[in-house]
Amino acid sequence: MTVAATTVDSISGRRRRRRLGLLRHSLVLARRSLAKTSRNPGAVINGVITPAIFLVLFLYLFGGSVAGSTRDYLQYLFPGILVMGASLAGMLSTGVGIAVDMKKGVFDRFRSLPIGRTAPLLGSLLADMVRYLLGVAILFGLAYLLGFRVQTGLLSALGAVALAITFGFCLSWSTVLLAATLRDESAVLAFSFIAFLPLQLGTSLAAPTDTLPGWLRTWAEVNPVTHVIDASRALLTGTPMEGSLALSLTWSAVLLVTFCPLAALAYGRRQ
Amino acid sequence: MSENIMYALQAEGLVKRFGRTTALAGVDLHADQGSVLAVLGPNGAGKTTAIRVLATLVRPDGGTAKVAGLDVVRQAREVRRLIALCGQQTTVDEELTGMGNLVMIGRLLDLRAADAARRATELLGRFDLSDAATRPVAAYSGGMRRRLDLAACLVGHPRVVFLDEPSAGLDPGRREDLWRALRGLVNEGVTVLLTTQYLEEADAMADRVVVIDGGRVIAHGSPAELKRIVGGQTISVRPARTEDVEAVASIMAAVAGRMPERLNRQEVAVPVEGDTAVIGMMQRFHAADIPVAEFSLRLPSLDEAFLALTGGRRGINDNPDRQR
Ligand SMILES: Nc1ncnc2c1ncn2[C@@H]1O[C@H](COP(=O)(O)OP(=O)(O)OP(=O)(O)O)[C@@H](O)[C@H]1O
Ligand SMILES: [Mg+2]
Repeated sequence: MTVAATTVDSISGRRRRRRLGLLRHSLVLARRSLAKTSRNPGAVINGVITPAIFLVLFLYLFGGSVAGSTRDYLQYLFPGILVMGASLAGMLSTGVGIAVDMKKGVFDRFRSLPIGRTAPLLGSLLADMVRYLLGVAILFGLAYLLGFRVQTGLLSALGAVALAITFGFCLSWSTVLLAATLRDESAVLAFSFIAFLPLQLGTSLAAPTDTLPGWLRTWAEVNPVTHVIDASRALLTGTPMEGSLALSLTWSAVLLVTFCPLAALAYGRRQ
Repeated sequence: MSENIMYALQAEGLVKRFGRTTALAGVDLHADQGSVLAVLGPNGAGKTTAIRVLATLVRPDGGTAKVAGLDVVRQAREVRRLIALCGQQTTVDEELTGMGNLVMIGRLLDLRAADAARRATELLGRFDLSDAATRPVAAYSGGMRRRLDLAACLVGHPRVVFLDEPSAGLDPGRREDLWRALRGLVNEGVTVLLTTQYLEEADAMADRVVVIDGGRVIAHGSPAELKRIVGGQTISVRPARTEDVEAVASIMAAVAGRMPERLNRQEVAVPVEGDTAVIGMMQRFHAADIPVAEFSLRLPSLDEAFLALTGGRRGINDNPDRQR
């Protein structure tokens, strides 16, 4: 046992106490993830540009016909764009990053270090929080420049942001599951883009569901994203809530409870 | 303690299956502290799987493995404090600098910021990367990445280092630099397990070699012992005149005491034992007045080693479904 006993002492630079080790290691790895993002901001830019394009496109295409004026239409449209931004950020960041790290063997190195098994995953999720806030802030800024105004109050607006991010976070576990199972980032990207259209556009994003054609309307009314958009709209512009907040939170919880344990299982599985 | 001597590294009867593939079918190996153990084998032999079991990443389906007497399954956390893993692919982060990569590992090992920076600087110097310390790894060459990867392994002063095909992708000069760095480590008492597909590398580095194929140990011993099994070195001869090939072959057969192999229409090769064969052959070529255009003496290739070790059942590359 002499080898084991002497090693810890022999390390130049004493080890610090191991309290809060998991949190500290997760923060170190969150910084790694953010440093990678700042050098290579492609995913974050994609996550902001896509909703920004839909915002501007829909605003000037449909503004006149749907709401009479682009100004009124912006009030209708932006809450949905906010949800789209948060969902995309969730689907694109952690899942893709984890798939790349697993494929490249980076996680093997991390897992051979004396750190908590979940530290890399937690680090990535912590960094995501920063990326969500950044994306949401940029979208908010753009909408403000275009003339969007919050019609409720600061707390309600923060609630809308929190709701969009919560939903994005819960949805992101589906891509974490995919990433941990397939260990291939192109599969995660392909899934995100295939899921994007029905999930984000088959909703009340651009027009109220009762104006949609039959089949699309049926889908949009069961699509959880519709409820999140409706709740976000209510929180930002004061439209009637009608149970959409409760439904959004329920759906978020369902996504989390379904995908989080499965993803954790796939992630932790020792092959 | 008396009947089980404590090895720095010890595996007994390791079994690992992936679905219907048996990656390890009962592997035994051990290494003394401060020695180099080479695990030699072709693609798909189970080298990486063996390393992943020993490095606590994979739970074996059977058998036991110990690092410094600690069980890799039951005492995985303690084992991780003693080991470092350098994977088959480099795992340093492209977007971070060389310094940033090493400091991050130091922080994960609970070094203070200043200590982590000091250790990083020291290792960058040791691996000849000081000039590139502040450049992002994306701008590094393949060899620089390999060296940084190795430096990243050493941040925590590991007692046992696992290197999976460390010289893959290095040019010969750099390979020798790597070998020198590894010898330095071993002199400090570090135990090294490396995998390789090259007999030459095992010969240059290892105190002991374990040859695995199809998840089984097919031979083990010191490099000298293995070479004895394989039949030492191979002499190949190309006569200046093609019509002399037959005569050359019969001289080589007489000296080596076994049938030479025709490599092509002009070249003949035969494994030999001992150094006297070289002189014997040269003298006879001279006496028979046969001019020789090319005469070379080389270690058996892994392919030849495999033929010898598997009793000529097959060469390395005869089994395409195990190639990935
Ligand atoms: N995660 C896995 N899932 C399924 N099969 C696997 C897995 N890892 C390894 N194998 C299989 O186990 C066998 C041994 O693989 P291993 O990677 O250990 O070989 P290796 O000796 O390292 O080969 P190489 O020289 O190509 O690196 C191969 O047949 C491989 O296909
Ligand atoms: Mg391998």
